[in-house]
Amino acid sequence: MGDIALRADHVSKVFGHSRVLDDVSFELRRGEVLCLAGENGCGKSTLIKILNGVHAPEAGAVFSFGDDTAIGHITPREARARGIHVIWQDLALFAHLSVAENIVFDDYVANPMRPLSYRAARQQAREVIERLGVQLDPDTRVEELSIARRQLVAIARVLRAGARIIFMDEPTASLTRNEVRTLLDLTRALSAQGISIVFVSHRLAEVLAVCQRVTVLRNGKLVGTYPTEGMTQARLSQLMTGQELNLVPRQTAPSGEPVLELRGLSRRGEFEDVSLTLNRGEILGLTGLLGAGRTELAHVVFGMTQPTAGEMRMHGKRLTLRSNRDAIRHGIAYVSEDRLNLGLVQSQSINMNTAVTVLGELEKPRGFLAPWRVRALTAEWIRRLGTKVSDAELAVSSLSGGNQQRVVIAKWLATKPEVLILDCPTVGVDIGAKAGIFEIIRQLADDGMAIILISDEAGEIWMNADRVIVLREGRVSQELTPADTTEESLEEIINA
Amino acid sequence: MRRLHLGTEGVLALIILGLGVVLSLTTENFLTVQNLFDLLNNQSVNMIFAAGLVVVLIAGGIDISFAVAASVVQYVVMTLLISIGGGNWLFGIALSMAIGTLLGLFNALLIYRFRIVSIIVTIATFNLYFGLLMVFTGGVSIYDVPDWLYYAVPLIDLPATRGSATLYLPVAVMAVISLATGFILTRTGFGRAIYGFGSSPEAARRSGVRVGLIHAFAYGWLGMCAGVAGLMQAHIVQEVVPNALIGQELPILAAVVLGGATLGGGRGSVTGALLGVLLLAVVQNGLNLLGVTPYAFRMIVGFIILAAITCSNLDKLLPQRAMAREARS
Repeated sequence: MGDIALRADHVSKVFGHSRVLDDVSFELRRGEVLCLAGENGCGKSTLIKILNGVHAPEAGAVFSFGDDTAIGHITPREARARGIHVIWQDLALFAHLSVAENIVFDDYVANPMRPLSYRAARQQAREVIERLGVQLDPDTRVEELSIARRQLVAIARVLRAGARIIFMDEPTASLTRNEVRTLLDLTRALSAQGISIVFVSHRLAEVLAVCQRVTVLRNGKLVGTYPTEGMTQARLSQLMTGQELNLVPRQTAPSGEPVLELRGLSRRGEFEDVSLTLNRGEILGLTGLLGAGRTELAHVVFGMTQPTAGEMRMHGKRLTLRSNRDAIRHGIAYVSEDRLNLGLVQSQSINMNTAVTVLGELEKPRGFLAPWRVRALTAEWIRRLGTKVSDAELAVSSLSGGNQQRVVIAKWLATKPEVLILDCPTVGVDIGAKAGIFEIIRQLADDGMAIILISDEAGEIWMNADRVIVLREGRVSQELTPADTTEESLEEIINA
Repeated sequence: MRRLHLGTEGVLALIILGLGVVLSLTTENFLTVQNLFDLLNNQSVNMIFAAGLVVVLIAGGIDISFAVAASVVQYVVMTLLISIGGGNWLFGIALSMAIGTLLGLFNALLIYRFRIVSIIVTIATFNLYFGLLMVFTGGVSIYDVPDWLYYAVPLIDLPATRGSATLYLPVAVMAVISLATGFILTRTGFGRAIYGFGSSPEAARRSGVRVGLIHAFAYGWLGMCAGVAGLMQAHIVQEVVPNALIGQELPILAAVVLGGATLGGGRGSVTGALLGVLLLAVVQNGLNLLGVTPYAFRMIVGFIILAAITCSNLDKLLPQRAMAREARS
């Protein structure tokens, strides 16, 4: 350690009128795992793109690589020659091609005319996979792999291309705990081989677990680079947001009468024999590993899929849902985990996204959709949820993650639900904005709504739920009250 | 846990084989050298189209202007040949390829430079090419084609029950074009990059794939194939009729999709495309031999395509579960 792999000084970038990066310095040592932390819009992505040659910085920047070269900006070619690679969150793989072909794809681009044999590609892929020390069949098509394994393919691909510095953009966002652990182990193994890794992640616990140092950006400025030893999550989030977040566990109020009851609910192959009661004014935490059946259960309660056994009751009356339209009619709303694709129509306006669940209502009584009624509805929800919106006619994609999530919640609240299911409502949301989202959720419960909060972040559940149900391989493994346990023991129960 | 994996091509081959067995048993004439050779002779033009079209589909595009482009090539080439006094095979093929490629490149240019969706571009050029052709020809056919083009070129002649069974030149041309296309697609980095681009354009762009080049090649290559197919069709029917090929684009597209290509890109193969054409041809041939009314053919083709797509989509419903299982393990 101590050897410099990549150093950048005085990096600034201006887009239009906004200064996205302001005199930032960045230093990466050889064989180091460094975290680049900061809220959305702090300039992380721009910095990564500059270090990879996608964007050119403003004049005055100096880049060096631990040798005598010092250059004003990095071209994409220079970045490749220096072994600098990025694995973007979308992984940029080719779903229809095999693992082997994905790994050697850069050869195809570099030597388009050279006749090739698939056998050679497979052999070369095997070598890299072995170097990674993972199990991957080179002949499988990437589309058949889970996200975690696709990530391994992406890592193998940059390794084969001679990566010495790897930027990983939100690599753990859609992984289960076990997969995260595997990835973190792999990261350590790579750094032991002398490869430097820059980790971009919102999950502070992981950041602290795997990184040696953390570089924090805020509003385009460098806050500082700190060793992770002795750093706490609270301190790190304070550095990122620039404000003290006072997180207090929810004060559980006495819950009201039962609203929704599940009795022995099962869906073959997904979950089995789930019984639970959801009361008025209560936040029920539903947790467990990815694939434990959380989302699948939510889909049944929302009428998207049908149970194969058991029954649901609402206010004591038997509830049969043939579709999610039925569920909405019965006052059940579901905020999907996939906000980007399922929760919002990204290219449509904030107005239309808010009104989409109640278009039929808004058309009454005259039978046409009055734009002013849509605007009034949206304005009302923007006010109530404190969404930061400059113009509700803009596409919803123009909002930050936290504000997009508010729009999703607003569109479901517009249906006036009695039961609100929130599936991982803070994925991809800044720490600062997370607190705001939970404030809204708590307020809704206090106003009498029955809420199911699905999350795999033990901290979130522990802080906000009145009761917690832990699912394991499709079955209820434990029911507990946060007040009777600690965040750490909840974390252990989830991962047991 | 790997199950027997045939791929689309294997399944198609089995179906064709099965149909062949049934037809051989139920009709007298199916399993004769003559009938099989005729099948190839008659389908060579469609197969050349299909070999070109599959490249565009793999690259994630679509082209419905190719059959009309082939008609344009026929007409232009024939007019030029007659004006210079005849020409020969080599010159005729080279000229057809060149003009066909140009027509294809025009599509590519519009798609790439102006970022228009390929189906819209080729609907436009389909109308443009056909309109120009009808305006300039006034719908008049050319009957006095050059001698070299007029006379059939036999390649293989086998004695058969009635006279002899002959395989003609277009079959050889089809074989050469198919092999060349197959080689480029599977045995060169460029070919794999086409699959990559079709599979994920953004990932390919970021990998440094030259997107313009991929477009130019895909549509240009299809244009070239269409040019050759046009010449072969004129050779087979010994005349150039301006509206002889219009309407062929959809059945050929259907055959290529049957052969495993998708409109989403990244999938498909030359073998599959050829087998797709062959399957539809065998069905038609069988219906003829069985004395079924020709009107039933389109209907049956429709059913076959729906059945094939439904079956392959049934398969796609499974991976979600497989992934969930994998995630748990």
